[in-house]
Amino acid sequence: MDTIQAYSLMCMIRLFEEAIERLFLEGRIMGTAHTCIGQEAVAVGTAAALETRDAMTTTHRGHGHFLARGADPKRVMAELFGRETGYSRGRGGSQMMMDPSIGFFGANGITGGSIPFATGVALDAKLRDTGRVTVCFFGDGASNQGVFHETLNLAALWKLPVLFVVENNGYAMSTPTARGLANPHIADRASAYGITGVSVDGNDFFAVRDCVAQHAAVCRAGQGPVLLECVTYRLSGHSRGDPRVYRSREEEAAAWENDPILRLETRLKADGTLTDATAKTLREKAQACVDDAIRFAESSPLPDPASLQEDLFA
Amino acid sequence: MRSVTFTQLIRETLAAELRRDPSVFLMGEDIGVYGGSFGVTRGLIDEFGPERIRDTPISEQALTGVAIGAAVAGQRPVIEIMFMDFITLAVDQLVNMAAKLHPIYGRPCPLVIRTPPGGGRGYGATHSQSLERLFAGVPGIKIAAPSNATDASALLQTAIRDNNPVLFLEHKLLYPQRFDVEDDLPTPLPFGFARVAREGEDLTIVAWSHQAFIAERAAAQLAAEGIDAEVIDLRTLCPLDIDTLAESARRTGRVMILEEGPKTGGFAAEIAAQIMEHAHEYLEKPVRRIAGADFPIPSAKNLEAACLPAYDDILALAREWMG
Repeated sequence: MDTIQAYSLMCMIRLFEEAIERLFLEGRIMGTAHTCIGQEAVAVGTAAALETRDAMTTTHRGHGHFLARGADPKRVMAELFGRETGYSRGRGGSQMMMDPSIGFFGANGITGGSIPFATGVALDAKLRDTGRVTVCFFGDGASNQGVFHETLNLAALWKLPVLFVVENNGYAMSTPTARGLANPHIADRASAYGITGVSVDGNDFFAVRDCVAQHAAVCRAGQGPVLLECVTYRLSGHSRGDPRVYRSREEEAAAWENDPILRLETRLKADGTLTDATAKTLREKAQACVDDAIRFAESSPLPDPASLQEDLFA
Repeated sequence: MRSVTFTQLIRETLAAELRRDPSVFLMGEDIGVYGGSFGVTRGLIDEFGPERIRDTPISEQALTGVAIGAAVAGQRPVIEIMFMDFITLAVDQLVNMAAKLHPIYGRPCPLVIRTPPGGGRGYGATHSQSLERLFAGVPGIKIAAPSNATDASALLQTAIRDNNPVLFLEHKLLYPQRFDVEDDLPTPLPFGFARVAREGEDLTIVAWSHQAFIAERAAAQLAAEGIDAEVIDLRTLCPLDIDTLAESARRTGRVMILEEGPKTGGFAAEIAAQIMEHAHEYLEKPVRRIAGADFPIPSAKNLEAACLPAYDDILALAREWMG
């Protein structure tokens, strides 16, 4: 993935998430969704550093990770619309999608729930000696779950090839990290398990990409796991209908100044990789991709309730 | 024929499955050199090594979640939860991940969770419970609860080869029991087929796991008194063989259900309801439950006995019905 592709992908994820927020307001999709506006550099920077054989798990805020890993936006959108063509045929919704054929093992909507799951994917890689590295995404809130600690200990004991990537986006729903973590430096927790803990600017695409590449190599060499903290900011609300009463508009305005897409665009323009005209064209293409996805989803058939009876067991 | 303990045949079955399929591995607390809290896996590490007889830290949620991830990635993990009470620590992973994999994501999850429920050993309130009821209401998890060594072996083979999460109950009072079994391991037994342990015409006793073992003894004693009891050993709770239960209920018209766990909110209540739905017009007597007390299982021997279903209550109810 070159930097232009990364920029395009980040734009597409942003536009996809903005579309989701709009579609909820318009009542065209139901249920819930958690958008990752402001965190696109973590998803795309990580995906840019991984190999085809690698794996990824996500969180309840997972559209960006999935799209960055190569998901078909049409099928992601169809899942949000509850259609048969969605990744989980309308059974999963926003938080429950998976496509192992592209090394994407999803999430289940429980905060921290995919931490041991990802580590199991890594155990399989070790048992079969496939050289696969599994990236396990979770948030600052999940780092307070008991299973985070259980799993890091176990993964460290067994030297499993799993890269724990915590997206510290400042808030666990409404609770700021300062009120949720006794030590807000999550990377420090690695030392409790004798593994490497690193903190990186999660709004810097290049920093994320290079850091993931460096530490994925450590995991691949059998010297993992590693805990990588990407410090970012959730520009969107927690979920649909979040009035964001727990933070000021001034704080948000300052955070928008640090928008990862803006930062990448500025840098690419400065080094001559990107022009205003190209940027505009790429954004328009990304918007067309999202519009296509919405059209595809809305024109897809509803799933058949009769099919549920056959699907309980494999 | 030969005589073996329940423990021995489970161990032989695990070894056979480990030999048959390299993607099968065992994982749990102290299952390696120590051989498991009840000695079921003793010696397996010598043949299969620590990668496949994998000791874990005391981290039930992590080890269960790791097993689920490995299962989705292509392995066939068989995990041991040392006492069924400890499964409470892994409930999130089982309920919110394992049970959802096929119905929601369309992905197989070949996982077996072996665990010993049950009282009778004075282990107290957190090492004696029968918690299968917690999972019976979670669609997506199969539950096997054998009462004898041959069924346990046959069902365990099926469980390991199944592409779904299977909760496999090994009642701790069954472990030391000896059973006459064939020299070779039995062939795998499909789930959802109850065993008519004893045919009878007067009344039906429904049970699973150790209670089915007890029911067979009670039926033999009742036979000596001239009461002809049918004993149905469910073998699996999910799927439930309602056809065999309903047929028996229609024929005898009298059904008692044994359950070691507390009477309130138990699986016996579910069975009673299903029998009502399928056979109520044939019933001579209301369906009755003989179950544990609605009280945490105490440690003192006499208090524990007071909280577990009483053998004599089975006899008394049969005599009351047929007297």
